[in-house]
Amino acid sequence: MEKFETHTHDVIVIGAGGAGLRAAIEASTQGASVGLVCKSLLGKAHTVMAEGGVAAALANVDSKDDWKTHFHDTMHGGKLLNNWRMAQLHAQEAPERVRELEHWGALFDRTKEGNINQRAFGGHTWKRLAHVGDRTGLEMIRTLQDRGIHTGVDVYMECTITHLLKDGDRISGAFGYWRESGRFVLFNAKAIILATGGIGKSYKVTSNSWEYTGDGHALAYEAGADLIDMEFVQFHPTGMVWPPSVKGILVTEAVRGEGGILTNNKGERFMEKYDPERMELSTRDVVARSIYTEVQEGRGSPHGGAFLNISHRGAEYVKKKLPSMYHQFKEFAEIDITKEPMEVFPTTHYVMGGVRVDPETAQSTVNGLFACGEVAGGMHGANRLGGNSLSDLLVFGKRAGTGAAEYANKINNDVKVHDEEINNAVKEMLEPFENTEGENPYTVHQGLQDAMGDFVGVFRTKDKLHEGIEEIHILKERGSQLKIEGSRMYNPGWHLCKDLKSMLIVSEAIARCAHQREESRGAHSRVDFPNYNDEVWGTVNSVISKDSSGDMNLGTSPLPQMPEELKKIVEGGYK
Amino acid sequence: MSVAKLRIYRGDAEGGQEVEYDVPIEEGMVVLDAIHFVQANYDGDIAVRWNCKAAKCGSCSAEINGMPKLTCKTRLDTLPLDKPITVHPLKTFPIMKDLVTDVSWNYEVRKKIPPFKYAKDTDWKMQQVDVERSQEFRKCIECYLCQDVCHVLRNHNKKNEFFGPRMMIKIAELEMHPLDIEDRKEMLREAAGVGYCNITKCCTEVCPEEIHITDNAIIPLKERVADTYFDPLQWVMKKIKGS
Ligand SMILES: Cc1cc2nc3c(=O)[nH]c(=O)nc-3n(C[C@H](O)[C@H](O)[C@H](O)COP(=O)(O)OP(=O)(O)OC[C@H]3O[C@@H](n4cnc5c(N)ncnc54)[C@H](O)[C@@H]3O)c2cc1C
Ligand code: SF4
Ligand code: SF4
Ligand code: FES
Repeated sequence: MEKFETHTHDVIVIGAGGAGLRAAIEASTQGASVGLVCKSLLGKAHTVMAEGGVAAALANVDSKDDWKTHFHDTMHGGKLLNNWRMAQLHAQEAPERVRELEHWGALFDRTKEGNINQRAFGGHTWKRLAHVGDRTGLEMIRTLQDRGIHTGVDVYMECTITHLLKDGDRISGAFGYWRESGRFVLFNAKAIILATGGIGKSYKVTSNSWEYTGDGHALAYEAGADLIDMEFVQFHPTGMVWPPSVKGILVTEAVRGEGGILTNNKGERFMEKYDPERMELSTRDVVARSIYTEVQEGRGSPHGGAFLNISHRGAEYVKKKLPSMYHQFKEFAEIDITKEPMEVFPTTHYVMGGVRVDPETAQSTVNGLFACGEVAGGMHGANRLGGNSLSDLLVFGKRAGTGAAEYANKINNDVKVHDEEINNAVKEMLEPFENTEGENPYTVHQGLQDAMGDFVGVFRTKDKLHEGIEEIHILKERGSQLKIEGSRMYNPGWHLCKDLKSMLIVSEAIARCAHQREESRGAHSRVDFPNYNDEVWGTVNSVISKDSSGDMNLGTSPLPQMPEELKKIVEGGYK
Repeated sequence: MSVAKLRIYRGDAEGGQEVEYDVPIEEGMVVLDAIHFVQANYDGDIAVRWNCKAAKCGSCSAEINGMPKLTCKTRLDTLPLDKPITVHPLKTFPIMKDLVTDVSWNYEVRKKIPPFKYAKDTDWKMQQVDVERSQEFRKCIECYLCQDVCHVLRNHNKKNEFFGPRMMIKIAELEMHPLDIEDRKEMLREAAGVGYCNITKCCTEVCPEEIHITDNAIIPLKERVADTYFDPLQWVMKKIKGS
């Protein structure tokens, strides 16, 4: 067998977005030796694309805001399916995490008084999103990147983890390859933090990049961890629709936060029908369904979307507050948003479901395996509020860093990596080169994207989901025999072979959870069960795990009991 | 359907050549779409970096018809389609494979720049007008197109002497942070080599974020260095105060 390099750390963080960076900084600060691994170059993770802002009850603009209101809004946004403790910690700790970023050099937009400015966003009672124009994620990732490289974190970039390794019931390392050379690499670690982000590439129309293939979800699943709430995939109401090459690219909610108005081809401001109180700033699930319905019923724009207009705010204001949207439309669609409306339609954006974690430490149900950021489940329930992801990354990134460092500290040096696991991993990875017959991974991937869009999209029915699950089984079969040309050097086709396996696991989990949940809640809309069923489904999370025979096991588990004083906050009208 | 001819550089450190591919043109198509088409339909192993496909992450830089550009932002209909479109990797950095180059030098250099530092009694009040100067530079998506085009790095390979325009922006961003108290002037003059820039402004011309690299960052940085090191009055004051 070929020789490969080995690195040893107390903690390996997989993923260098906001969550992974924040976790690495924390674990390193706590004295652990930390390796940070990511598929792309450092600074290119999804977090860099986040636009609108980071939610934290700083109360700089609306002085009445406090953590309780933020908690209340988050729980209602998530249709009460959120893990209450995560939502509580998030609301309580977000302001401190944002201020900390400022102390590390981030420069947020300011209020007249010279404080961090905050903008309105859907589902948030008060103006709550700290922001930098419409490039908040860029500011955040650069700040964390700088902090990280000066905190002594070792970065392994353009390196993909394909397998987690275990010693008995606990984590012992991770195995992967260098994208450039295709050579394998082994990381010995006492603790591993997954911070791999989301799953959007299982769908065709998405705001997500090639990285979002659900690797972390699949790695956790394979390692025996529980996944929860996988039926909840957020379709962001406003993706670009035209031209085809940019279909799905995000139009930030900040457009509506800054006063953008949605209309149909009759010129009607249709949100009046669906949510007269909150209008365009209703929660994302509601706005996405409203646009979808308008188009379905024949009131769509020329390219099959809704019109979103911000031109009434004046050219100067728009260019100042939404500069990258201005450029995005000008360059890609030849539309001047200071003069004309945009066309928008829902796009696959975010996954609420993910690895089940302990709220305090972010540890999964597997010893030594932690998860934070988008790959973790529970925080956002059935629907995430805009801006609550960036804050989630900071709050639970820090917690995961502490949790993993403390865990690693308690472990003696005897975690073993077993040769057999590595041999199997190598064999699996090399198969596509050795197969004399097999399919092109790109075609199977397209098949999966079509199936997910057709059968597991915005509106779902039992029959469609059933068909989707069947289709995924066929695709799994096709995906088990792939063939690839070329060498191991920087070979995207080869990379896709493994990514595809992750996507197939995640897609099956999504479809099966969606099939199981016979009600509509948040981002999960069942045409055949259009209402909430609080008694049956309002009290449980869907749970996916791998059983001992290697099959996907689907079940439910009761929501954790919320303490009385928090129930009061949730029930109380907060305004 | 009309067809674009793409001549993509295929090769690695050992050498390589252009390979021509026919790509059917769709409305609004960008060069990166065309490369993806090639990947999915002809050569699955063609190496290219990309992430956001929306000009926000700076991964997809290449030289299109000889011009350093983001492939995700360059629409085919802005190029002359009667001739083949050439797509080459950035020339200033060593090639890894096809369109992917080794940009790790930039990360090494960046580590040498002292981070943000604030005074103990800072109250964190800042006015929007005061943060805007620094915010301009923070738009940088690290595409390294400016590094690619700068003749000091590209033609003279002075990577040991000059950090390049991207890093000048980085230093400017920190220096112009209203609350920063770190002093990077000596580094600017010595290790970072701000003196090597002779203000050709090629970097500014290629920056996809339209950052005024030369006028707003490098020239003011040069002035700061000059004021500190060459201003005779300051020099005398320094001698007297012994700082
Ligand atoms: C266009 C857009 C705009 C958004 N705007 C906002 C906003 O305004 N506010 C908000 O709160 N949220 C926003 N979101 C959501 C938010 O940006 C993401 O949910 C968040 O950035 C995810 O961060 P993360 O740290 O979990 O993962 P990411 O930042 O996605 O990082 C994932 C990391 O994992 C690595 N990785 C993945 N798989 C592997 C593997 N197998 N091996 C090694 N490394 C791996 C990747 O390389 C990457 O470094 C937006 C999302 C998009 C797409
Ligand atoms: S202006 Fe200076 S930094 Fe920019 S390209 Fe010219 S020499 Fe290089
Ligand atoms: S300054 Fe402009 S050209 Fe240079 S790396 Fe940044 S965004 Fe790219
Ligand atoms: S892919 Fe992100 S800038 Fe081109």
